[in-house]
Amino acid sequence: MAARIITVTSGKGGVGKTTTTANLAVALAMANQKVVCLDADIGLRNLDVVLGLENRIVYDVVDVVEGRCRVRQAMIRDKRLPELYLIPAAQTRDKSAVSPSDMIRLCEELSSEVDFILIDSPAGIERGFKNALAAADTVLVVTNPEVSAVRDADRIIGLVEAEEKGPAKLILNRMNFGMVKRGDMLAPEDILDLLAIELIGIVPEDEHVLISTNRGMPVALDPTSRAGIAFHNISRRLQGETVPFMDMDEKSSFFSKLGKLFGPGGN
Amino acid sequence: MAGWIDRLSGRQPQSKDQAKERLKLVLINDRTDLTTSQLEQMKNELLVVIARYVDIDPDTVRIMMETDGREQRLTAEIPLKPIRHRR
Ligand SMILES: Nc1ncnc2c1ncn2[C@@H]1O[C@H](COP(=O)(O)OP(=O)(O)O)[C@@H](O)[C@H]1O
Ligand SMILES: [Mg+2]
Repeated sequence: MAARIITVTSGKGGVGKTTTTANLAVALAMANQKVVCLDADIGLRNLDVVLGLENRIVYDVVDVVEGRCRVRQAMIRDKRLPELYLIPAAQTRDKSAVSPSDMIRLCEELSSEVDFILIDSPAGIERGFKNALAAADTVLVVTNPEVSAVRDADRIIGLVEAEEKGPAKLILNRMNFGMVKRGDMLAPEDILDLLAIELIGIVPEDEHVLISTNRGMPVALDPTSRAGIAFHNISRRLQGETVPFMDMDEKSSFFSKLGKLFGPGGN
Repeated sequence: MAGWIDRLSGRQPQSKDQAKERLKLVLINDRTDLTTSQLEQMKNELLVVIARYVDIDPDTVRIMMETDGREQRLTAEIPLKPIRHRR
């Protein structure tokens, strides 16, 4: 069977693409899916450190496309999980070392061996973006509840459509529901209203993300943390399950009801 | 802490509502590749052209940029004045 090929992208940098890619890969692998993640951020590799696999790199994606090794040799196996692999980006090359057709060829080769291929994108809308998108059958756009990130997400969603890879699905990362309740952060429904695309996950702001990244243990390995649960929920939705948005439920809590009673112009 | 007192008394809009309003306009500009002032200019030019053919009261004309999902649509409501001086 052919693998699902999922590209994680964003307009603005630093919104959580690499964190999302790593954690979805872990969550899918914990659900007994065979997963390979591919770092398409050539020149600025990071997926290796977020996964905690940086010490095991021998070959990278440029070595594969330039024929210095076979795909298998560049796949680093994550020993904590049954079937999770990483193909790292090259650190000392630039984006032009890989072309969109290289990406398509590589993914075709991987496709028969795994269930999911997850591709982490660089920031921006240039060559690296096209590379990351070329082989995708599903595109996930990550954004934060903040004006510049939402604006840039809108741009990227339009570009994904223009590349005929749409409609993209949205991941809202770093939501702080306390701030939403106070009216100081765009709520999920505000952002969906503006961007008009389907939501596939809400990930709360959670200090465990940083702590686990420090340790090289993606937060999804701990399925009791709030962010970990959120990534597992997205992984389940990717596998076709219907999972309620846990964070949405929080909004009907006592305080937000209070806010709706007294606050002007609630939603 | 003064923030919520202001809000309860309706003095200051919530910052997220301001963010949403600003984003609405920015996204229209980005999606149409038109700035707010270009949009105004287009409306004014449209008015001039329309007025050349039919009798209108510029104050009643509404030319709007509407958002439908991810699509932008320009709509116009242009009440025509009844024709008076025919002969
Ligand atoms: N849900 C979250 N809660 C807290 N911190 C987060 C969350 N998601 C990402 N971060 C932090 O934000 C920073 C940027 O994340 P990263 O995944 O590297 O973004 P990108 O790949 O889009 O540049 C990192 O320091 C990461 O630990
Ligand atoms: Mg990154």
